[in-house]
Amino acid sequence: MDTESTYSGYSYYSGRSRGSHRHGERSRDRHKSHSKDGSRSEKSVTINAPPAEPLLGDSSVRGDEVQDDNWGETTTAVTGTSEHSLSQEDIVRITKDLEDSVGLDCRRYFTLTLAVVLGVLVFLTPLAFLALPHLLWPEKLQTCGTACEGLFISISFKLLILLFAVWALFFRAPRAGLPRVFVFRALLAVLVLLFVISYWLFYGVRILDSQDENYQGIVQYAVSLVDALLFIHYLAIVLLELRQLQPAFSVCATRSTDGETRHYNLGQLSIQRAALVVIENYYRDFPVHNPALLTASKSRAAKHLAGLKVYNVDGELPTTPNTGPPDNNAATGLAHSQSRAMIAAAARRRDTSHNDLYYEEAEHERRVRKRKARLVVAVEEAFTHIKRMQEEEQKKAPGDVMDPREAAQAIFPSMARALQKYLRTTRQQHCHSMESIQQHLAFCITNNMTPKAFLESYLTPGPTLQYGRERWLARQWTLISEASVTSGLKEGTIFLLKCIDFSLVVTARRIPYIQLSEEFIDPKSHKFVLRLQSETSV
Amino acid sequence: MSFIPGQPVTAVVQRIEIRKLRQGEHLILGFSIGGGIDQDPGQNPFSEDKADKGIYVTRVTPGGPAEVAGLMMGDKVMQVNGWDMTMVTHDQARKRLTKKNEEVVRLLVTRKSLEQAVRHSMM
Repeated sequence: MDTESTYSGYSYYSGRSRGSHRHGERSRDRHKSHSKDGSRSEKSVTINAPPAEPLLGDSSVRGDEVQDDNWGETTTAVTGTSEHSLSQEDIVRITKDLEDSVGLDCRRYFTLTLAVVLGVLVFLTPLAFLALPHLLWPEKLQTCGTACEGLFISISFKLLILLFAVWALFFRAPRAGLPRVFVFRALLAVLVLLFVISYWLFYGVRILDSQDENYQGIVQYAVSLVDALLFIHYLAIVLLELRQLQPAFSVCATRSTDGETRHYNLGQLSIQRAALVVIENYYRDFPVHNPALLTASKSRAAKHLAGLKVYNVDGELPTTPNTGPPDNNAATGLAHSQSRAMIAAAARRRDTSHNDLYYEEAEHERRVRKRKARLVVAVEEAFTHIKRMQEEEQKKAPGDVMDPREAAQAIFPSMARALQKYLRTTRQQHCHSMESIQQHLAFCITNNMTPKAFLESYLTPGPTLQYGRERWLARQWTLISEASVTSGLKEGTIFLLKCIDFSLVVTARRIPYIQLSEEFIDPKSHKFVLRLQSETSV
Repeated sequence: MSFIPGQPVTAVVQRIEIRKLRQGEHLILGFSIGGGIDQDPGQNPFSEDKADKGIYVTRVTPGGPAEVAGLMMGDKVMQVNGWDMTMVTHDQARKRLTKKNEEVVRLLVTRKSLEQAVRHSMM
């Protein structure tokens, strides 16, 4: 498997290959040029355009307003990247990464320490309530009778239960970092804090100051605190876990690049939590994003645009419709009329590109099927070369015993070529490295899978998690929303989840209120007659 | 022969008088009827309007009293001895035709050719 020049630069963020870009092109939405037969050959080169620095043509046009026919020869170009240097954009991106990671970690540790402090405070408060009278006025204190000691048992078990419950609900590895604070948790923390503070106030004023001798009353006070904490924990379960279980909204997530759509039912969540659920389901349900499949439509679009050119023969300022913001109204009007002229001309001309598309797709289909047939045959043949060694044969110790990895390496060469060709045809070759294929082969051999089971992961694109970690991009999601992200979902809420190359457009709709009515049918009422057409002689 | 619900049914009819023939202890008329409001009107081969649940003559025995009187296959029976036959069940129709104490039945029947004949003669 040779290295691919459309490797879409995801190793960019691994931190290892910053210095030497392996033809480090990255295909973004705004690439400015690519080679003509990008859809056919596998070596399409995209030169990335840093957003702040335009390439060749534009810089010169912006520089001088006078039409100069020789501009092509005299301009110097600012290119995106070269083999061994970092561009301006790289530096910006590195610093932003550092900032982000440091910022997020700071916030996470801050909230973690806050939560731990609150937990310790809450847990030690009842114990403090019980211990302080013994420490401060032991001689005045009444001895603890039977009922009082019974309350000790109750308080200790309730504290144990509270400890387990808090551990079960809150001591879980965080599964995501959300942009804003989690409103319910913050509210609960504030509630607990206020609660504990009010109890301390009461304790301090009425018990510590007056040095109350009724120890049983103090113990009962501590027990009431623990009871109330258990109830607050119940409230936490209901608010955090139970409330969003009942489905109330149906959200529709669409990927912007290829239109894959899935629908999910969610409960009443805030926008950021709903976004989290959608992303987690994205990793399971959506087939992996493959930018190589989109080059065909882009080349068609480029051909549409390139088909017509607008020439202004009156000697005015030549502005093309897709430059930056024009300076004055005349230029705007000119650009508008030019684009309208282009649209009208494009509508009128007889375009046969649909013909090309049809035949090209049919040809591609045929080619894929042929390669698939060859691949299936090759893999089936390869699998017949090895067989699992039985127990009794093991004792005889024949010469060439292999573990699964070696067996995979032994039969891989016979199917490598067919597999490589198939992956090239379906443009999946950069999703699978040779190492991963051999690993998968060893896995299938170990688990007694058939050749068809081995091939299934290459014939259809699977969910994103099936592929290597560099495809996951789990840290690159951005939530774009007009409403505040801690506000709840409403009917018609729309937000965007932007990853590097694509975005998920999410729309929420309320599940309708269903009115179900009942109808009773008596089982004895099922009676039937034949449809008659009788003829009687008279 | 279709009707508009709520409006009186109008048709061009022919009066046919059949004298019953005694065969043993039965009085026969020599034709067969089909149709009725309890039957399936869609299977009637003679009706124009497949929702017509009237009584139709499905067979006429050759040489019988009905053929002699001029009854033809496909006629719709509108009245028998003054009794209406457009909204009766199959069994009621059979009973009206086979009353034991009547020797003669006077039918009013209609067929398509009658209407056409009247229209031609009016033109």
